[in-house]
Amino acid sequence: MTTPTAVALEDAKVAFRLGDGRVYTAVEKAHLMVAQGEFVAIVGPTGCGKSTLLNVAAGLLKPAAGSVRIFDRPLAGLNRDAGYLFQADALFPWKTALDNVAIGLEIKGTPRTDALPQAQKWLTSVGLGAFAGRYPHMLSGGQRKRVALAQVLIRDPKILLMDEPFGPLDAQTRQVMGNLLLDLWSADRKAVLFVTHDLEEAIALADRVVIMSAGPSSRIIGDWRVSLPRPRDIFEVRLDKEFHALHREIWSVLKDEVMKGYAQSTQAAEAV
Amino acid sequence: MSRVTLLALQILVAIVCLALWQLLATVPVFGKILSPPFFFSNPVDVFSQIVKWFSSGVIWKHLGITLAESILAFVIGSLGGVLVGFWFARQPLVAAVFDPYVKMINALPRVVLAPIFALWLGLGIWSKVALGVTLVFFIVFFNVYQGVKEVSRTVLDNGRMLGMSERQLMQHVYWPSALSWMFSSLHTSVGFAVVGAVVGEYLGSAAGLGYLIQQAEGVFDVAGVFAGMFVLSAFVILIDFGVTLMERRLLVWRPTASDGRG
Repeated sequence: MTTPTAVALEDAKVAFRLGDGRVYTAVEKAHLMVAQGEFVAIVGPTGCGKSTLLNVAAGLLKPAAGSVRIFDRPLAGLNRDAGYLFQADALFPWKTALDNVAIGLEIKGTPRTDALPQAQKWLTSVGLGAFAGRYPHMLSGGQRKRVALAQVLIRDPKILLMDEPFGPLDAQTRQVMGNLLLDLWSADRKAVLFVTHDLEEAIALADRVVIMSAGPSSRIIGDWRVSLPRPRDIFEVRLDKEFHALHREIWSVLKDEVMKGYAQSTQAAEAV
Repeated sequence: MSRVTLLALQILVAIVCLALWQLLATVPVFGKILSPPFFFSNPVDVFSQIVKWFSSGVIWKHLGITLAESILAFVIGSLGGVLVGFWFARQPLVAAVFDPYVKMINALPRVVLAPIFALWLGLGIWSKVALGVTLVFFIVFFNVYQGVKEVSRTVLDNGRMLGMSERQLMQHVYWPSALSWMFSSLHTSVGFAVVGAVVGEYLGSAAGLGYLIQQAEGVFDVAGVFAGMFVLSAFVILIDFGVTLMERRLLVWRPTASDGRG
């Protein structure tokens, strides 16, 4: 029995026209499959176009060449099967936490009286049941991420796209959020595409870790299966021997790309 | 500093200023009165003028007219500013075409429009309302325009990914963002509505605080001019206090009481 492919990028190429008329190729020939229920992490050096790839899967960006298929149908416009968790704050600042979560349902036409209790339930499941009346600016960075997670999950998307969602958080909060994510994910196993620059986070969370080369024209240069048993605890799994072996193996490949990416970014800075 | 001390000091400043004024206007220094009453009047006269206005009830009519003009100017100017600001922000072509004209009209000192408005709309309240509108409109317009254009890219993308249609984006993202910008300029635009009304009255009218001041000036009644100025200041402070109360309610991030479900 084959499980259907949730996200399929085939030879996707993404290019931007720069201000001076030149064309900048961010990603070249990206080939990436995410099966239903699979948690895939994309890791790469800064500026390698990992977020770009995610935006292509979301339909926010159109690839210059290649194809994007969602559940075996070509993607036209925005990806309606996907929920997107942004790196930056994306909550509506003029809505309370409760309204921010409820809006996901209200957009679909759910009456407000039905949406509110469900939103409250989701807020409770991300540990913010007591914060329903707060506005985003009254919440901490980690709490805002929890609200954002509830806002996305209440719509029950089949695919979760996450763009360094825990990037702005401090190390401890990231681990707590990672565990929360795994808990929520294990309930119904959506397909997840998770972008991060943190290799440890990627291995701890994902079923597969995909490595991208330094940009421009970055490509996918490695694909590892993480066979650590589930359910996992992010605090525990980092002590596992297998975790270390895998980390060493992937890092040996990633290290060169990180150095390359770093060299390029410093050169670019000097050129300016 | 405690609130009581602060208040005491603030009152002290007023007392010292008034006392100095009264002394300089009545007690000769080296055989000469430094601020002759003809030019500077004195606090006692000014105060008795204010009392006379209020006890005879004349002032209420003038205050009422100025208030009505200010409110009308504010409401009409804001409405126009919101609509046009929205329209320009959503239609970059329209904004680009009208840009030089908007700048041109905004660069014009509004006082020069007063005679035109008096000619077109007569000496009644509408010529003053029109003057206030030209002031309020641009403040609100620029703020709403900015508010709609500077909606955070991420918030907008988030709205789209959550499945919002253009109409829903308007309702849940653009509209609250624009309103919050408008409310942040509330003090300025309300202040300008009053300025428009009073300047309009001053330049030609039959009633209002501006008219009162202008009349007193016409007969060299300096006490009347100062009395008018004090009443006007108190009037503006009261309105400003009302705006602050409103703001406190609205800017907890609830730009509209019904927020999206009207």
